[in-house]
Amino acid sequence: MPMNANEIETLIREALPDAQIEIRDLAGDGDHYAANVVSESFRGKSRVQQHQMIYDALKGNMGGTLHALALQTKAPD
Amino acid sequence: MSIQDWIKNEVETNDVVLFMKGTPNFPQCGFSGQVVQILDYLGAPYKGINVLEDDELRTGIKEFTNWPTIPQLYIKGEFVGGCDIIREMFQNQELQTAFSKKGIEVKQSA
Repeated sequence: MPMNANEIETLIREALPDAQIEIRDLAGDGDHYAANVVSESFRGKSRVQQHQMIYDALKGNMGGTLHALALQTKAPD
Repeated sequence: MSIQDWIKNEVETNDVVLFMKGTPNFPQCGFSGQVVQILDYLGAPYKGINVLEDDELRTGIKEFTNWPTIPQLYIKGEFVGGCDIIREMFQNQELQTAFSKKGIEVKQSA
């Protein structure tokens, strides 16, 4: 059962309430998205750690229901 | 030997390891193919391991680093990232720096 953009945004927002989230649907098939996420909680963390925070927020959907999520993460400037 | 030990041994006995879908000559996934292109462009020597050949490996590698997707690149035993991170690091020259810091000579792009 593919995911829609709102579900992804909601899950990320639950974990990162302050985040600015922009989700783009790459293929219209419900499992290829790109997401830009800006959040204070990324400050001082490596990219791997930042992305892991997003994957944890997605509660196991990543790599299964959600095949591809191209991520760009950073702390606010 | 458990799959976790096998993975650990592979990343510790090879300088650069890419767990991927398919093989360097025949990547079977766009994301794996992108990382192969970057590594080939840099002339970085690496060992490609096809996770499609063994389901236990395919799930085991995701547990090994708590990273849910393939491909995964390791340099000197350290997990560097998946396709997004490798592409971003390549564009910012960070990947080239990471290689030379670990004593692996690669082409410094323009």
